Amino acid sequence: MSKSNFSRRGVLKTGAVTGAGLMLPTYLRAENHTGFTNAPTGDTVTFGFNVPQTGPYAEEGLDELRAQELAVEHLNGIGDGGMLNTFSQKNLDGTGILGKKVGFVTGDTQTKSDVARAAAQSMIQKDGCIMINGGSSSGVAVAVQGLCQDAGVIFMAGLTHSNDTTGKDRKANGFRHFFNAYMSAAALAPVLEKAYGTDRKAYHLTADYTWGWTQQESMAAATEAMGWETTQNVLTPVGAGDFSSYIAPVLNSGADILVLNHYGGDMVNSLTQAVQFGLKDKMVNGKQFEIIVPLYSELMAKGAGSNIEGVYGSMNWNWQLQDEGTKAFVKSFGEKYGFPPSNAAHTCYVQTLLYADAVARAGSFNPCAVVEALEDFEFDGMGNGQTLYRGSDHQCFKDVLVMEGVASTSGNANMVGYDTLKIVEETLRAQVEYAEDHPMFAGGALGDCNPGA
Amino acid sequence: MLGLTRKDFTLLLVVVALTLLAPIILNPFPVSSSLGQSFNAGYPALLQRFAIFGILVIGFNILFGLTGYLSFGHAAFLGVGSYAAVWMFKLLSYNIVPAILLSVIVAGLFSIVIGYVSLRRSGIYFSILTLAFAQMSYALAYSVLTPLTNGETGLQVYASDPQILAGAGAPSAPHFFGLPMASSTTLNMGGWAFTFEVGYYLCALMLIAAFYLSIRIFRSPFGMMLRAIKSNQTRMNYTGLNTKPYMLWAFIISGMYAGLAGGLLAAMDPLTGAERMYWTASGEIVVMAILGGVGTLIGPIVGSGVIKYLENIVSKINENVLHQWFGALPDPIENGLIWLVHPFVGEGWHLTLGLLFMVVVIFLPGGLVQGGQRLAALFNRKSGTVTAADRDAARQKSAE
Repeated sequence: MSKSNFSRRGVLKTGAVTGAGLMLPTYLRAENHTGFTNAPTGDTVTFGFNVPQTGPYAEEGLDELRAQELAVEHLNGIGDGGMLNTFSQKNLDGTGILGKKVGFVTGDTQTKSDVARAAAQSMIQKDGCIMINGGSSSGVAVAVQGLCQDAGVIFMAGLTHSNDTTGKDRKANGFRHFFNAYMSAAALAPVLEKAYGTDRKAYHLTADYTWGWTQQESMAAATEAMGWETTQNVLTPVGAGDFSSYIAPVLNSGADILVLNHYGGDMVNSLTQAVQFGLKDKMVNGKQFEIIVPLYSELMAKGAGSNIEGVYGSMNWNWQLQDEGTKAFVKSFGEKYGFPPSNAAHTCYVQTLLYADAVARAGSFNPCAVVEALEDFEFDGMGNGQTLYRGSDHQCFKDVLVMEGVASTSGNANMVGYDTLKIVEETLRAQVEYAEDHPMFAGGALGDCNPGA
Repeated sequence: MLGLTRKDFTLLLVVVALTLLAPIILNPFPVSSSLGQSFNAGYPALLQRFAIFGILVIGFNILFGLTGYLSFGHAAFLGVGSYAAVWMFKLLSYNIVPAILLSVIVAGLFSIVIGYVSLRRSGIYFSILTLAFAQMSYALAYSVLTPLTNGETGLQVYASDPQILAGAGAPSAPHFFGLPMASSTTLNMGGWAFTFEVGYYLCALMLIAAFYLSIRIFRSPFGMMLRAIKSNQTRMNYTGLNTKPYMLWAFIISGMYAGLAGGLLAAMDPLTGAERMYWTASGEIVVMAILGGVGTLIGPIVGSGVIKYLENIVSKINENVLHQWFGALPDPIENGLIWLVHPFVGEGWHLTLGLLFMVVVIFLPGGLVQGGQRLAALFNRKSGTVTAADRDAARQKSAE
């Protein structure tokens, strides 16, 4: 069937056309140098809000989006100004940033790195975004952070709790306001010591991926330092759904504490099943059996319902705090949407304002100027007390909340997850600080800031 | 020309023209117009994906379209190819040539192993076997083989990696012998802006080559043999012909196409993660092939293009954009229209895709290509013209 009729003329012609096609892009290479990627030229500047709108973390992503929209409104002078009124810096007056109105585009990460990067690329290449904010998982955050570093835009990380984001995978163009696994463990340890004593045997169930491992490593280190023994660490597949085969062995292991290094739907399932197995009512070694969930979120508390009662965990921020910044934010968020903001919403809102303020202080949208303005920047009035953006790893240092699950105080079904978590302690910043070359964060380098173009 | 019939050569020319001019064709609206902000798709990252997923589905179509064996684990080869390419970046240098070569080879070897086992069964059992292998690869990459794949965080190149072939001052991004993939030039014409990027043109040339090879395979005796297997494998066996080697070769070629696609993905964006192998990614490939038209030459490119367009463009139309569109209308009508449109755009793009898929499966078994042919027949006024895809669909029916 196949016939070969390559003529010399045909081959030459095809070759010439292909060659010309290959040369064309090289020949036309003449970039217009503006100094940095997507320098805003008109009277608006565009932010990219890249959050999961579908998939397992969609609810958190949508809450982040609400907060980001609110932040843009406040920057543009719509609404009551929220935290702009309580923020220790007063460079933002509701007229946008450097006289430019703030616009935004949104993207759906689906909590998948590839999709998130595709969405971020579209924001940078098509929509001309100068800053990307968002992310509801560490894998996605690390992936998008790397992309932003290469493209020369600023990445303000949203919900990402893994040590790696500002540890092994830190980047000069990336900043994280959210706390991390190490801080969770450091904040929890003293409270756990007070509540459960120093002679305990802990059994860990850990989600089998990077975040789970760093969380487990941090928890084991912090609890062992106060005298606890880690009897066993069992890795569970992500999205397992049914954890009963992992929980049954806990009963006979001799452990009297179960640490669930799970997040999202996995945590809801494993905690619910652990309670169903009667773990919370058991007595082991003459002590009451206890469960710990190192990382809490409103969404997870909602999913787990009354099972979280008496279970300790940690949070970056909570709407029940009584400082001025929190009150202002909760008020404007509540007025717009009718319910309190989650801690995912808070971190994205704050990140957006912090970026805007850094631009205003630097007097330029140039990423390198922004990096300089944010590094070692000390601020207050954003709900977490006195906060420092450390220059050496771009991690925020602030007080961390230790939470305990309680019965709903209002009895309102819509408030489950919001009022079923009680603030037990605000662990001070000094307690959760660590050296930048701490072994759990070693192996990374910020590199140089990249303005792109 | 080039060993093709006149008709096939015309088709090849159409594909060449479309791919080379894609940065212009896909940017039909001025940049700052509201239509341009919503519907322009001619930016490099998306163009690359159009081309890369085109290659992937063309390869898948050689297996599924010709032999009828439905592989439900094709994303595994894509992922393996990507990992191979990123490791080449880490170990050798950012030059894409060894990376892409190795990704094709590794995916080929991987498909020999999976193909050898899976092809012992046919029909649904084959599909489930491939699915099982792909999920196994995903689980391995996600946690078990973390030292090799960097788990959930994804494999990427660090400054501390050896990169033994990278000289001092070598580009710190994927390049073709010094020509960076990301270098581009923008042509401003009035309100329009067209970006031509080296990376995209590399993908485009690969797509053209892949497409040409696929035509040759379709028209070759080998392709005929694969079609014969599709129509009745038992009869083939009874005539004393061993169909296994043909099947295995089709599977390997198809896997190598996927490996090439994976290598290109890594070359455009030097990071890869396990989720590239997740079963939904495999499912997406099947949906792309069916949407475009299984067993047709151009169908895979159409199908992958439509899905990538929906995923990247339609998913970004949020409520604010809708308010901009309908802002001029009186409020009740505006809100009514938004209420009507909103479920289908933004995060609701899956719904649009689902509906489109249902329409295609129910009314156009030959995929969008069949739809196009029917339209063409309508305008040609030759009533009663039976299209090639119609014939193919009819043949499939009678075969069942």
